[in-house]
Parts: sequence; structure tokens; C-alpha cells
Amino acid sequence: MNQPALKEGLKWTADVLVIGGGPAGTWAALTAAAKGSKVILADKGYCGSSGATAPSGTGVWYVKPEAELREAAKASRYAMGGKLAEHRWMDRVLDRTYENMNRLGVSGYPFPVDEAGNPYRRGLQGPEYMRLMRKLVKKAGVTILDHSPVLQLLADEHGVAGAAGVRTQSGEAWSVQAGAVVIATGGCAFLSKALGCNVLTGDGYLFAAEAGASLSGMEFSNAYAICPTFSSVTKTAYYSYASFYYEDGSVVEGAGSKRGRSVIARNLLAGRQVFAKLDGADAELQPLLRTAQTNFFLPFDRRGINPFKDVFPVTLRLEGTVRGTGGIRITDESCGTGVPGLYAAGDAATRELICGGFTGGGSHNAAWAMSSGSFAGEGAAAYAARLGRHSYHRAPVGLSSSPLVHGEVKAGAAARTAEYVEAVQAEVKPYDINLFRTEQGLTSSLGRLDGLWTEQRSREIRLTPEGVKAREAQAMTATARWMYNSALARTETRGMHKREDFQGSDDTQHHRLISGGLDQVWVKTEEVAKESVLL
Amino acid sequence: MIEIISADRCVACNQCVSVCPTNVFDRVEDGIPVIARQSDCQTCFMCELYCPVDALYVAPDSEQLTGITEAELEEQELLGGYREKVGWGKGRQPVASHEFMVKLAARAGF
Repeated sequence: MNQPALKEGLKWTADVLVIGGGPAGTWAALTAAAKGSKVILADKGYCGSSGATAPSGTGVWYVKPEAELREAAKASRYAMGGKLAEHRWMDRVLDRTYENMNRLGVSGYPFPVDEAGNPYRRGLQGPEYMRLMRKLVKKAGVTILDHSPVLQLLADEHGVAGAAGVRTQSGEAWSVQAGAVVIATGGCAFLSKALGCNVLTGDGYLFAAEAGASLSGMEFSNAYAICPTFSSVTKTAYYSYASFYYEDGSVVEGAGSKRGRSVIARNLLAGRQVFAKLDGADAELQPLLRTAQTNFFLPFDRRGINPFKDVFPVTLRLEGTVRGTGGIRITDESCGTGVPGLYAAGDAATRELICGGFTGGGSHNAAWAMSSGSFAGEGAAAYAARLGRHSYHRAPVGLSSSPLVHGEVKAGAAARTAEYVEAVQAEVKPYDINLFRTEQGLTSSLGRLDGLWTEQRSREIRLTPEGVKAREAQAMTATARWMYNSALARTETRGMHKREDFQGSDDTQHHRLISGGLDQVWVKTEEVAKESVLL
Repeated sequence: MIEIISADRCVACNQCVSVCPTNVFDRVEDGIPVIARQSDCQTCFMCELYCPVDALYVAPDSEQLTGITEAELEEQELLGGYREKVGWGKGRQPVASHEFMVKLAARAGF
């Protein structure tokens, strides 16, 4: 399809284009620049504040290179993840994370020090971390395009060769022709308002699939966070200190922040509001909790609630693949996707390689972002270098599955997009479809989702900020279809994927599920690397 | 959701327009920025954190407007509270380096 994106608007060339300016994107940009590439980084929002990491604090899978510690670290999520992680990848990520975290210390991240005076490097505060990453990226000579969402990838017969989009603050169309592209657009949380997640709408999955890449582990996409009903602050870890109550003050038996989340979900489904109170945190612990996650307490303080003493209503907010582990399938050690010139990193890529089907939330995702970002940045730089000057003489075309056109937004287009978004949310948010999965529930949902895709498929998308939202709706629809087709194919319970009609795990399904396709979604199995059973 | 830009405090640096990940604000020629797309706000508090003069207030409610007024904010001293806790601003120590991070990890493992 010959799209007009290259004919008008702002145009740049680069060796490497990085899409997304969160942790994975910034590390990719840094490493590519260090290899001598001319790098452009385009963020949908603002590199430094965008995404799930920037507004909160996160643990990091930072483990000293001592054999015993490393083995324990690798074993920690292996069984819970349904034994789908791989030894070799865990080693690589642990090594690179260790290296990158130490580098952050040298670059000025203010790590706290322990009593012996040693820096403590097992956590990062998002605002501080991402402000520093922006500074380092700029210092490395990378051009940052803020508020510049991508609408489609560009490619020719040799592979991916750039991307095109619109600048939301000026309305100008833009395109970058590049030797290689790194997708670091994050996961998909379906505009659920989980903290910092509304920019994470699965755009990169759609771009990758349109280029012919596949996805992996999309059945591991039903992460929900415990959250006050009124708030966006999703920090489930703190609820390990919570007790859960009904309105009359009686205890919700079995409810908890880990496995007990299902109990909360079943009550909410039955129309019974659940309340929480962090009454398991003693007086000594409270100030520590307050300091370590400043924003956790912000909504409470501003509403005059003392969460250690007062009960407050909670809900489970969908975090989809942001804390799930599914994403773009990785086909080699440089985080290639199997499509020449296209790389994926961070939550946009599958995290099964290091945590299987169990949540990547917190430390693993943070480690994966900085490691896979570095691998992808190096891979993309090397690929672009091999192309050399040839990369500037290509004539790539747009890959969007819907026609992208210049021109005024049609009346009613925005309202239509909002309807599509709501319709997709109605399929992925409900606990009785997505958390407690059944053949019947998934099949009937897929019928509606397929219809939604077909309707949106032939929509003309304008190269305007409104068009960005229309593409987001498409990306979320496509994501939901890969999720549920994969969930349907996995007739067992493994990792976070729960089948009500298949409650145990089945040894014959110890494999990955690869998915892809746009009009026709397909799912097939892939063997897990043999050495992963060593643990 | 973002509810207040204090006209008394705002110096029209437009930092909030730049940093908002979901592009909620609009620049205004010869004036202070406006909240142009309030329903796009994801309640991430980043604008408040980046505001150098504590002129912004993000209400804790992510689903609906609370209708809080600037006078109430001043009275309850709510403006700038988050930035102070994070330790951003002149003469402040970033909370990232606080010893409690280490102490919590020792006790809780996270």
C-alpha cells in the first residue's frame, strides 16, 4: 500500500529510530549512539515522564555476580512462571542489568547508601531515573521528538526502514527514514488509568504485526492491580500489609495481594464491595513505606484517609501486558523480531524469556527494560552500520493496515473512536472474561472483537492527533484478539493464565504460544529452549 | 485529575505543556497555559512534580472532578506537597537517596 506519509510534513533521516522514550527506549538510544549511530527517539508523550516507570518507584533485578545469589534469583519466579523462562536469557539479563545499574551510579543517579556506606542498587525512583535518562540520551547526541506518536512503520522489500506519525502539539505530520527501528512502546493496559499506563495501548504490537513480526505469550496478559476505587495509583506490593473487609467490617476470607486477588475479584463480580486497610504495617514500618513510595500515599493524604487506620474501597485495575509478560516475539540475542531492521525491547517485547508466564511486574520488567533496550540498541546500530549509506537511498512505503490520509478530521470520528475504545474495554476489563477464562467466555468475546476489527479495518485514519486515538483503538482491538486466541489455545492453567475449565497445568503444554496476523489471527506452539529445564 | 493551575503562582514557563505524557495542556500566547483536554488526564502527577513554582494541583480522584478551589488548596497547604516529598526543588535532597529505601528493603524485601 503506498501511503502518503512521506510526501508531506517534516522529514528526517537516522541510522536508528527508537520508538518510545521509557526505560527500554532510552537505553536503546544510548547504546546505539555509543556504537556511533545517528539516533532519533520519538515518544508519544514526553521522554522522561511517559510510561509506567516514570511516575512510580520500582525494584530492580540487580543481583551480584555470585553463583549462589544468581541461582536463587533465577529460581525465584521460575516455577511460578510455568517453567517458560530460559537460563541463558536470565544470565544475560542479570549481567547486563548489573552493569547498567552500576553505570547509572557513575552517571549521577543518587543511590541511597547502607550502613556500611555501600550504594544500594536494587531499586529506582521513576521520576529521578527517567529525568536522568533523558539527560544522558541528550548528552549522547540523540535527537528527541517529544509528543510525536508513530502511526505506522515504513518498509521496502529489504525490511523496515523508518516510521511516520504526527506531532500532537503542532499537528504536523513527520517521518523518519532509518536503517533500523527499535520498538519500545511498552505494553498494553487498555486505557485503564493504571498509573502512567494510558500511553500504553499496544501500538508497537500492531506496528510489528503489520510488518510481519509475531507475538509470544499473549495469554499472559491478565494482570490486575489492587487499587483504591477512586485512584490511579496501582502498587499491589504494599497490599501485602493489608487486610480486606466487607462493608459491615467482617473479614474477606482468603483475600490477599498475591493469590488472594481472585477472592477480591469474585466478590467484586458478585457486587460486593471490598475494602482494605494496611493494618499489618506496624508503627516502625509506616514511615519507611511512606518514604519509599511517595505517590502511594498522595491520594490518601489528599482525601484525608489514613490507610493504616481507615478502610477504603478497592478495585482491581487492568494492567494487561504491562505487568503480564506477553509481547513481540524475540528471535535472536540482539532482540531482533525476525523482520529485517526491526527490533523490540522492554514491555513491548515478550518477557517470558526471564519470567515465563508469571508477572514481570517490578524488578524483572525494570531489569528487562534496561537489558533488552541495550541489546536492541546494539543490534540496531550494527544492522544500520551494515547497510551503510544504502539506507538513505531507499523509498519505503507505509505499512498501516488502514489507509492513512492527510486532511481534516471528519465530524463524528472522535465519538466513533471513543465507542470502539469502550467496546474493547468491555471485553478485556471484566474479571469473568479475562481473569477467569473459559472457552465459552473467550469464544463469545472473540466474536465481538473480530467484528470490531473488521469495522475499524477499512476506516480512513487521518494524520492528526485524532487519528492517533483511532490507531490506538485498532491496536487495542488487535491486542485483545491475540490475547484471547492464545488464551483459547492454552487449555490449561499456567503462570497468570487461569482457565476455569482447565484448572491444572498440563505437562504436554509446556511450550510457548506464538501468535500473529491481523484479519486472520493465528496461534502456533513453539518449544522452550531445552537448557531451560536445568533449574 | 488535574484541576487547578494557580494564576497567582504560574510563571507561564509551559513546562507542564511539555512534560504531560497525554498532552492535556495547551500553550496560550501571552498568557498562562490552560487545561484543554482534562478527560485525557491519567492522574500520574508528573506535571505537578515538574512545575517549578508549585502552581498545579492534581486531585487524587482519577475518575471524576472533585471541584476543589484554589482558596481551599492554599488553606490546606496542598500546593507543592508532592514535589517537596520527592525532594525536587532548590536546597532539597531527592527522596531517591533516602536511607529508608535501604531500611525498607531489609525489612520487606522490596
